[in-house]
Amino acid sequence: MKQVAVLVFLVVLLAGLGFGQQTITIGFTESKTGALNVDSTEQYRGFELWKDQVNAAGGFKAGGKSYKVQFASYDDESNSKRVQQLYSRLILQDKADFLFSPYSSPLTATAAVVTEQYGKIMLTSGAAEGKTYTLGNHYLFQMFAPAPEYLKVSLDALKTKDPKATIAFVYEDSSFSVAVVTPAKAYAQQLGLNVVFTEAYAPATTDFSAIIDKVIASKATVLLGGGHYADGSTLARQLYGHKVPLKMLTLLVAPDSPQWAELGDAAVGVSVPSQWAPQSTFKSQYGPSGAEFAKAYQAKYNTPPSYESAGGYACGLILQRAIEQAGTIDSAKVADALNATDITSFYGRTKFATAANEHGLQAGHSMILAQWQKDKSGKLVKEVVWPLAAKSANLQYPIH
Amino acid sequence: MMILRHPFFYIILLIAAVFIYFPVHGDNVSLREDLILVAVAIILASNLNLMIGYTGYVNFGHIVFYGLGGYVGIYLVSVHNWRLVPAALVAGVAVSLCALLFGLLILRLRGAYFALATIGILQAVQAFVSNFGPWERSTGMYLPMTAYQPLGGATRALWITYYLIIGVMALSMMLSLAIKNSKFGLGLFAIREDEDAAVVLGVNATVYKAIVYSVSAFLPAVAGALMFYKNAMIDPSIAFEFMLSLEGIVMLMLGGQGAVMGAALGAGLYERLRSYLLTSPTLSNFHLVIAGGLLLLVVLFSPGGLIGWFYRLVPSARKVIE
Amino acid sequence: MSGVLASMIDGLLVGAVYGLAAMGLSLIWGVMDVINLTHGSMIALGMFAMYILFGAIATNAYVLLLPVIIIGLLLGIAVYWMSVHRVVGRPMLMSLLSTFAVNMMVIGIGTAIWSTSPYNVNFSLPGITLGEYTFTGNHIAAAVAALLISLALQWFLYHTRTGKAIRAVADNRDAAELMGISSTAVLTIAFGIGIALAMTSGALVSTLFPFTILSGATYQLKSFVVTILAGLGKPFGALIAGVLLGLLEGVVTPFIAVSWIPLIEFGLFVIVLVAFPAGIFGKRAAA
Repeated sequence: MKQVAVLVFLVVLLAGLGFGQQTITIGFTESKTGALNVDSTEQYRGFELWKDQVNAAGGFKAGGKSYKVQFASYDDESNSKRVQQLYSRLILQDKADFLFSPYSSPLTATAAVVTEQYGKIMLTSGAAEGKTYTLGNHYLFQMFAPAPEYLKVSLDALKTKDPKATIAFVYEDSSFSVAVVTPAKAYAQQLGLNVVFTEAYAPATTDFSAIIDKVIASKATVLLGGGHYADGSTLARQLYGHKVPLKMLTLLVAPDSPQWAELGDAAVGVSVPSQWAPQSTFKSQYGPSGAEFAKAYQAKYNTPPSYESAGGYACGLILQRAIEQAGTIDSAKVADALNATDITSFYGRTKFATAANEHGLQAGHSMILAQWQKDKSGKLVKEVVWPLAAKSANLQYPIH
Repeated sequence: MMILRHPFFYIILLIAAVFIYFPVHGDNVSLREDLILVAVAIILASNLNLMIGYTGYVNFGHIVFYGLGGYVGIYLVSVHNWRLVPAALVAGVAVSLCALLFGLLILRLRGAYFALATIGILQAVQAFVSNFGPWERSTGMYLPMTAYQPLGGATRALWITYYLIIGVMALSMMLSLAIKNSKFGLGLFAIREDEDAAVVLGVNATVYKAIVYSVSAFLPAVAGALMFYKNAMIDPSIAFEFMLSLEGIVMLMLGGQGAVMGAALGAGLYERLRSYLLTSPTLSNFHLVIAGGLLLLVVLFSPGGLIGWFYRLVPSARKVIE
Repeated sequence: MSGVLASMIDGLLVGAVYGLAAMGLSLIWGVMDVINLTHGSMIALGMFAMYILFGAIATNAYVLLLPVIIIGLLLGIAVYWMSVHRVVGRPMLMSLLSTFAVNMMVIGIGTAIWSTSPYNVNFSLPGITLGEYTFTGNHIAAAVAALLISLALQWFLYHTRTGKAIRAVADNRDAAELMGISSTAVLTIAFGIGIALAMTSGALVSTLFPFTILSGATYQLKSFVVTILAGLGKPFGALIAGVLLGLLEGVVTPFIAVSWIPLIEFGLFVIVLVAFPAGIFGKRAAA
């Protein structure tokens, strides 16, 4: 009889442990189609790698319960109108506990409206524009370093290499690029650099001939700008096709993707401000190291991770830690835990601004500058070239 | 008032009541989100009907009124801290005046040339707004969260906006009904049938056209101000979507142009079809194919739309369902 | 070479393609009084046709124009019978809507097959460099091809029997039928040629930049602007008007931000519609 009782007790205990298993639902939209497809997929893979690792370990523990992660997601078609409808749906029908952002600043700004209206926490990645956080929010948390940081790395590098260079800013007329270039221009002038041409192009532009002719006429030797993958890659191709004599070309976002190598000769020498690179050597206080992350990502997706993927993974990681710290999935308590976060992971330092007029803005993370160079065998590789303390290769200047 | 003698007036009130009752009854926010899209589609289709169905002038660019209304509304609320209702009303008036100006320019054109001119106006306005600094060019404008405080916070504000949109929807249908049964409406029908003959018979076509074009802009502009307030953001690509303009025409043709119920029916059905198709994983790419196919069938075989077919079936319905 | 001159040359090159695209629209409009709203999606299909052909047969992309023209003719005939035949002669709204319906269907099917992610045709001809400015080989080839095709069309319309029949039906359909010309056959062929022209212009620009099934929309709008500028009846007038439009873009862009160009073009469009009933070159058909 005693054995039966013990058996029953064990069965009940195991069942009880089993019932302690909860699932949290994380909602987001992906740009499976549309112009943002390439960058969004990389971000999604970051999310997915984190989720798969958590679930493979049996979930993570918080407040005596064990949580597995499931995703609810839709295709936003790179379109902000769809984002609003879909985030409402994720919250109201799919009952998402937490949200991740879509990819890109304008889509994230749209999603933020919905998540704030319903009082749900959203961690944003792939969105560096800062204005969203100044509109008075309680539950937004930005993983990326904000836009004004982006081109500082290029300008700092340029100042040491060639202070007499003539600079052209050619960029996408949309919230992210504008948020990057406007402070960058002021910073350039502050550094005493010579800005000779500035022009924004409409977001859906595919033919840059007119603007390129103007760049040539302005005698610029450095071009900074771009926007996202579609326009950035086209701009680079066309600049190369028009044989524009640039000594330095920094484009936003696009060159960070491994797909950039497809451009062949047009890709050589192009630099990109980056939120993270596999060569970054942060001492990780929580979660995997940089090398472990890169290795796991490469094994799963057969391609090295870009900074969009790192940002995506970091969203999951930081959320997980906050839930563990809070001991519950209650939004208000998790938000408190996020507000108190100040930690270094493989991704770098993460700390969120907490003042009401800039809540959620990323305050701890800094940028690096990466550049595509040909290695000894002639293959295209991406190296970290700035800041000098973090570099893995020297900045190639001039690029042609 | 003559309009009170029409049974359809009460049908409009009933429809509005249904739209309000069901979401409120279960505090069903998800249903409200679905229905608000239907209501906006009905507003756009009904007002478009005034130009296409009544006057016979095909307006391909009518979404420009909605978008401009949204811009004026968001600008007044976010930059000048106006309250929602005055902002929406001013948006309506301002855009109607713009419509009057555009109308003066293009209403002398006939048929397809008028249609093309309306496309030109839509694209020109979008290009202008994309360059207009005070409205933040291509980046667009965002409402701070504090904009919802005067209405008691985001949750309450969204409900209030919903009631206002339903009100605008009812007004759109009543406007259509009133014009249809008025002397002004008769003049419009005469213009549609044969403009030159109408002029000879004493209809001041120039004035009539200008008035109806301007009037057809008012309620869509108000709706635009309300909807973009709800969405808390606006930019040129979502404010002036050409496809939305064209879908308005599809809705009208589907339901039956000329009839008030036709506009509402077509809008309601099309919007539900579109929502269903867009969130269905297998069918989301086919919404355009199905919509296009439906339109083709209607144009080729039943130009009177669903309502036209219904009237043929039950001729006495014409007096009740207008 | 000055910046303005380089810009003008770029504008000329791109304008030739605008002209070719508009010729298709103008021909159909002039012959059967139908405004073909499938025009944009047909241009996009031309881009994808080139993509598929180039993927299958790795040769000089411009040689592949010939199969594209043939595909265009066949597709045009199919579209004509599906949506235009029944509504020719009825109020113009009907044909506007029926062609628009087909447009929606093509875009829907195109999105289902190719999604809205950008595609590229990676083929480059060497360019010509004058001073600091380089004119890419693809732009030059596109302009040359557009010119050659336009000349071919002109020859066809004025020196072949079918061409004459098309012009006759455009002038006066009833009189042509009395003369024994089968107007249905003529309309079918004319529509086919119109679509072929649209697809060819799409194929020409496919090598210039990444495209999706939605990329035809910009060219459709430019085609409207060009057609209105040129007036109807003389397709070659559309080519010239297209080149002028491109030239206008080229002249204006060095002096103002590129983003103002659409406003100028559409403003011009509305003004020409209102102020010049007959267009600049041809006649305006009865509305």
